[in-house]
Amino acid sequence: MQGVLYDFTGLIQSIDAVFRASMSDLWATVLEYAIIGIIYLVIYALIGLFLVYAERKVCAFIQVRLGPNRVGPKGFFQTIADFIKLLLKENIKIKNADGVLFNLAPFIVIVASFLTFGTVPFAKGLQGIDLNIGVFFIMAVSSMGVVGILLGGWSSNSKYSLIGAMRSGAQIVSYELSVGLSLVTMVILTGTMQLSQIIELQSDGWFIFKGHIPALISLIIMMIASTAEINRGPFDLAEAESELTAGYHTEYSGIKFAFFYLSEYMNMFVVSALVATVFFGGWMPLHIGSWQAFNHIMDFIPPIIWFILKSFALMYVIMLFKWTFPRLRIDQLLKLEWQYLLPISLFNVLLMAFVVYMKWYF
Amino acid sequence: MEIAASKVIFYIIAAAILFFALLSVTSKRILRAATYLFIVLISTAALYFLLNYQFLGAVQIALYAGGIVVMIIFSILLTSHAGQKFEPVSRLKFFASLLAVLVGWALSLWVILSHPFVASSKEAVEVNMDSIGKALLSYDRNGYVLVFEVISILLLAAMIGAIVISKKQPGDGETNPDNSKTSK
Repeated sequence: MQGVLYDFTGLIQSIDAVFRASMSDLWATVLEYAIIGIIYLVIYALIGLFLVYAERKVCAFIQVRLGPNRVGPKGFFQTIADFIKLLLKENIKIKNADGVLFNLAPFIVIVASFLTFGTVPFAKGLQGIDLNIGVFFIMAVSSMGVVGILLGGWSSNSKYSLIGAMRSGAQIVSYELSVGLSLVTMVILTGTMQLSQIIELQSDGWFIFKGHIPALISLIIMMIASTAEINRGPFDLAEAESELTAGYHTEYSGIKFAFFYLSEYMNMFVVSALVATVFFGGWMPLHIGSWQAFNHIMDFIPPIIWFILKSFALMYVIMLFKWTFPRLRIDQLLKLEWQYLLPISLFNVLLMAFVVYMKWYF
Repeated sequence: MEIAASKVIFYIIAAAILFFALLSVTSKRILRAATYLFIVLISTAALYFLLNYQFLGAVQIALYAGGIVVMIIFSILLTSHAGQKFEPVSRLKFFASLLAVLVGWALSLWVILSHPFVASSKEAVEVNMDSIGKALLSYDRNGYVLVFEVISILLLAAMIGAIVISKKQPGDGETNPDNSKTSK
């Protein structure tokens, strides 16, 4: 498999060589950063728009409706129309609100989500930043988003926003522990935090199979806790429509509201991509032991397709959560984390360490 | 050229740190001051990333920007309301603190300028996770296992202390009905 669709390293290197031949090293670096930044921004917005559309279709499917079906084929361009509408809307100035913080909050949220998006490995050689501490970096940067949510809720000078922000703060701070611990469990098995290496190690089997029982427990905890961390239903207390109108972004309008909305959907994508990478082999094709013919057929599908399929399947699961389960109350939410998920994941770290020590993994 | 570019980036980050640090101490609104502190801490993390010390940069973001600032903001949210402003400080206090700042500034400047810094000619190395983990948990000459364990005990003590302080007294039961019983 030497095609460009299967390994982007060569393509990226040749583009880099062309840039460096035609201008000085410094300007080549600056230009490359600028181009990559713009490409990432565009992909970020496009995936976000598609996810909003997908969510509406999934929601409609569960509620036995049609969902958006007027703009474009099957309503495909509905979210683009919505986006244009949001861009044209007025940015309302709130009376007695703290203007500086009110305007700053959406940017903190979207920058935190965009930084995590930069580490997502789409295919071999197609990754924005591949740090040695990749998994830890994602955890660190994503914890910045809660500052934006708290600031936005407080500076809006509205009781709904403030209650929403407080709930979301308590929720994110608690569930971060379980997400972190379940990732630590997997890092014990992988022995590395670099996302590209984690994927390379899964060339002979995904970690969900290699790590068997502890990996499965860790996957279940990770899915529950990260759904809570990105403020999605059934953990969407921060924006419970029936109680708080729209939670911490009640007072936002126009493009600032779009920032909150987009970053929420993109956090869902990053979480699914991270789960796909750590548990399901990222862009690695599905290989089964000694089935040579089967493995060859699987190799034929380009890695980027594998990656997109896996992360969208996981996102479908997260969307199903939202439209299936009723919303939790705040005390139930905190109880679930502190009394059930956290002890289980602490035990799971120990179990995984024992499994790795005894070499009971494949 | 590369060195010049990293110098430019360094000065941008340093200017941001100084600017927001000043804003953070002079701002009249407490939550704005906390936000400027948040930006200072993130810019410090940017310095670490510029030095290629990604682990420390990520720790800085996770601990300070994501942990301590969130705690500061939480406590502000619980204790003050929007529009609350600090009283302007008295003239005596203003000059006293200005004097303290100038003395501290002069002292650190004197120490920095009189210290002969020797530029290292060694190649920059990437500090990876493996070496940090091994250093933290090894008990030979360059290991930090004792410090690591002592800090864990300190954290445990702090956690137990927090639980004891926030634990409800037996008499509080009537005023604050426990929700956990009704949820079952």
